[in-house]
Amino acid sequence: MAIKIVKAQPPVELSKIAVSETHGENSPYFAGWKAYDENPYHEKHNPHGVIQMGLAENQVSFDLLEEYLASNQEAASWGKKVSGFRENALFQDYHGLLTFRKAMASFMEQVRGGKAKFDPERVVLTAGATAANELLTFILANPGDALLVPTPYYPGFDRDLRWRTGVEIVPIHCESSNKFQITPEALESAYDHARSMNMKVRGVLITNPSNPLGATIQRKFLEQILDFVTRKNIHLVSDEIYSGSVFHSDEFVSIAEILESRNYQDSERCHIVYSLSKDLGLPGFRVGTVYSYNNQVVTTARRMSSFTLISSQTQFLLASMLSDKDFTEKYIKINRERLRKRYEMIVNGLKKAGIECLKGNAGLFCWMNLSPYLKEATREGELEIWKTIMEEVKLNISPGSSCRCSDAGWFRVCFANMSEETLEVALTRLYEFMDRWRRDRHVLSM
Amino acid sequence: MEVAMKNTQNILSKIATNDGHGENSPYFDGWKAYDSNPFHSQHNPTGVIQMGLAENMLCFDLIEEWIQANPAASICTQQGAADFRETAIFQDYHGLPEFRAAIANFMSQVRGNRVAFDPDRIVMSGGATGAHETLAFCLADPGEAFLVPTPYYPGFDRDLRWRTGVKLVPVVCESSNNFKITMEALETAYENAKLANIKVKGLLITNPSNPLGTFLDRETLKNLVTFITEKNIHLISDEIYAGTVTTGDEFVSIAEIIKEEPKCNLDLIHIVYSLSKDMGFPGFRVGIVYSYNNTVVNIARKMSSFGLVSTQTQHMLGSMLSDNKFVDNFISESRTRLAHRHDMFTRGLAQVGIGSLESNAGLFFWMDLRRFLKEPTFESEMTFWRTIIYDIKLNVSPGSSFHCSEPGWFRVCFANMDDETTMTALRRIKRFVLKNKMLEIKTMRQCWQNNQHLRLSSRRLDEMLTPHRMSPHSPLASPLVRAHN
Repeated sequence: MAIKIVKAQPPVELSKIAVSETHGENSPYFAGWKAYDENPYHEKHNPHGVIQMGLAENQVSFDLLEEYLASNQEAASWGKKVSGFRENALFQDYHGLLTFRKAMASFMEQVRGGKAKFDPERVVLTAGATAANELLTFILANPGDALLVPTPYYPGFDRDLRWRTGVEIVPIHCESSNKFQITPEALESAYDHARSMNMKVRGVLITNPSNPLGATIQRKFLEQILDFVTRKNIHLVSDEIYSGSVFHSDEFVSIAEILESRNYQDSERCHIVYSLSKDLGLPGFRVGTVYSYNNQVVTTARRMSSFTLISSQTQFLLASMLSDKDFTEKYIKINRERLRKRYEMIVNGLKKAGIECLKGNAGLFCWMNLSPYLKEATREGELEIWKTIMEEVKLNISPGSSCRCSDAGWFRVCFANMSEETLEVALTRLYEFMDRWRRDRHVLSM
Repeated sequence: MEVAMKNTQNILSKIATNDGHGENSPYFDGWKAYDSNPFHSQHNPTGVIQMGLAENMLCFDLIEEWIQANPAASICTQQGAADFRETAIFQDYHGLPEFRAAIANFMSQVRGNRVAFDPDRIVMSGGATGAHETLAFCLADPGEAFLVPTPYYPGFDRDLRWRTGVKLVPVVCESSNNFKITMEALETAYENAKLANIKVKGLLITNPSNPLGTFLDRETLKNLVTFITEKNIHLISDEIYAGTVTTGDEFVSIAEIIKEEPKCNLDLIHIVYSLSKDMGFPGFRVGIVYSYNNTVVNIARKMSSFGLVSTQTQHMLGSMLSDNKFVDNFISESRTRLAHRHDMFTRGLAQVGIGSLESNAGLFFWMDLRRFLKEPTFESEMTFWRTIIYDIKLNVSPGSSFHCSEPGWFRVCFANMDDETTMTALRRIKRFVLKNKMLEIKTMRQCWQNNQHLRLSSRRLDEMLTPHRMSPHSPLASPLVRAHN
């Protein structure tokens, strides 16, 4: 029976969420990626291509993981008998593999040098920190409510926290004049601003160590933030996905430590997001976790994780890897060391080119200051120099405006997603560019 | 002075504190009974047998064999280690090309290669659970609705509604015509929604059906397409059980229908797929959104960031499912084993006069236990269900949890156990039925002695003891086709 289309119908509607731009992919953050995709650098095959410095990936310690796998093949793949496959393939319990949760909790403790304890029963598994952040937002806020987020922040938050949840982000403005630290005044100001727009504030979300700053939040500021959320009776989400990437272990203070030091008094408002995408360099495996000190949040998050569980195959592999404490101890130490070396290499290289960076101590990137070189201290001025760097220097770096930075001219530059040789090439290009730029300026001013 | 976080209820969202997670449904009570007393042939032979879980455990030996023979499919083995790094870094939400190609290939083979699927339309999600939620987010706004034929999978209440705010409007299907989806039922549901001021955005069908275990015939499918086209609403076809159809060639996918109806508006058509049932891989979280609407593909892909398939798993399945010889053999062998298990059950049930809806798909039966209810009410259904769990010690799922409009139907899963356990389950059922009949005979004898309604009683007795087709006028008549041997 044929179907007759009687008249031209208006195109079928999709949801408001589907047609909104809140997925954020039209931001310049992603435009650079396109340039890279079209002309990617390769040492041999395309030495003049675009070098990708916009991707916060950790590729410096894969050899350690590969070494582990080579010596633990059986443990990593289904156990002693292939019949372990069946049990694994069937395991869909949203509590997650107990061995894996224990391993995650233990790994999180090791990353914090044993300065805080983690309970495997509070570890809720999600497919990546992307899912963890969205899930927490669904649980902590209603559509139209606000989360306060310090700027500059990871551009993905605009999508992760807002898109499908309908929750708003109200920025806590942090400024270069005081090293982008999160002050009590900035917190209060953001809160008041949200209230003035009639939005109910549900919580503060911090990233510690910070993306894009590449720096940890100092203890005194953490205490102040905790006091602030307590006073306002709102939540605190601490995204600590870069905690294993701190160059010197004693420089990182987790919110978990502060809570422990306060005997967990009033800790039900606190929640930690973690992931293995940055510290272990495994973004493809989609391993995220929500760690909450609030029982109801744990229960609800667990139920919601049904939409975003971690493949049992991956849970099994990582349970094996992360419960090998000798391996993890070694990995954490060496990984830190290599990241620190990379950081020093890039910062020194930039210095030679006449470029300063914010003093950083963590992460896979540095926060570079090009504000002295802008034609005008505006977003346009920043995007102009960004375009030049992309087209002439052929480096994809991330402009601060895509991170909602209130000061123009700052850029996030990733250094851990390439070989040392490639980093040298990038630094040389930048050096030559700045050299030319200064000479041209000099000529113009004569 | 700090304000303690006393009343947590106010501090969490509405979504977090409502019942939308669905776990207070009786569907889960049986599981709790099972969890506290699980059957084990040696260690706990009197425990509860799990028949409430629609899982497919019949073909793991084939898969294990393949895994042994293909070590390079795993990035943890020596042979596969070279792929580890690249696989671990790959987080592009388009997914590994080999994976998408393999899934498209598998989906096609499951449908006897009668249709081809485009790998570029394959979008990942966190299982079918994630796929349904993603589609709901894409196609409807909060307060809008999807029509869903009853009885339907209880998880839909959560997957389609919880975080999306979308509503479900039931399309009532009845046992009198074997739960077919009629145009009248569709129109009624649509009108009801209209009267309640609810905008209908789509129709969700599960084909093959959970819990019925039947699949839709061509004519019904074409009627559905006519209906949605006329109303300009979406059609979501959840085909996660497509590979469980024992009479494989008879299954008609929506993908085939749209090929036959060139005037159909493709922007309305979306398929949900998964490997959890056909392959028995629920743990791997492989959900697929396959849409014929380019915008939906695009947006669903962006949303897949919230539920991507682990690349480790993509890598393995990319390899496994592109092995055509393996896939061919798996699909056919799986069908054979499901058919065999299905027959074991129907034969066993026929021996005690228990009927079920005639079916040849799914991992379960839709069993007719109406005559065991004291009254044709849902309260009686619940009471009898508790008897099944606590006395017969079987966890089955009551029809009310599937929003069935008539009490007395139960979904009974059969593919999540070995042959021995199957026999044990059947024995328990038989024992119960016979015990029940003995009681009825005893009661009826007393009745006869007391009120001399000999003829009526003995006729009813005869009817109960012989599993032949009942008179349509008998109060015990059931429309089901006789369970075949």
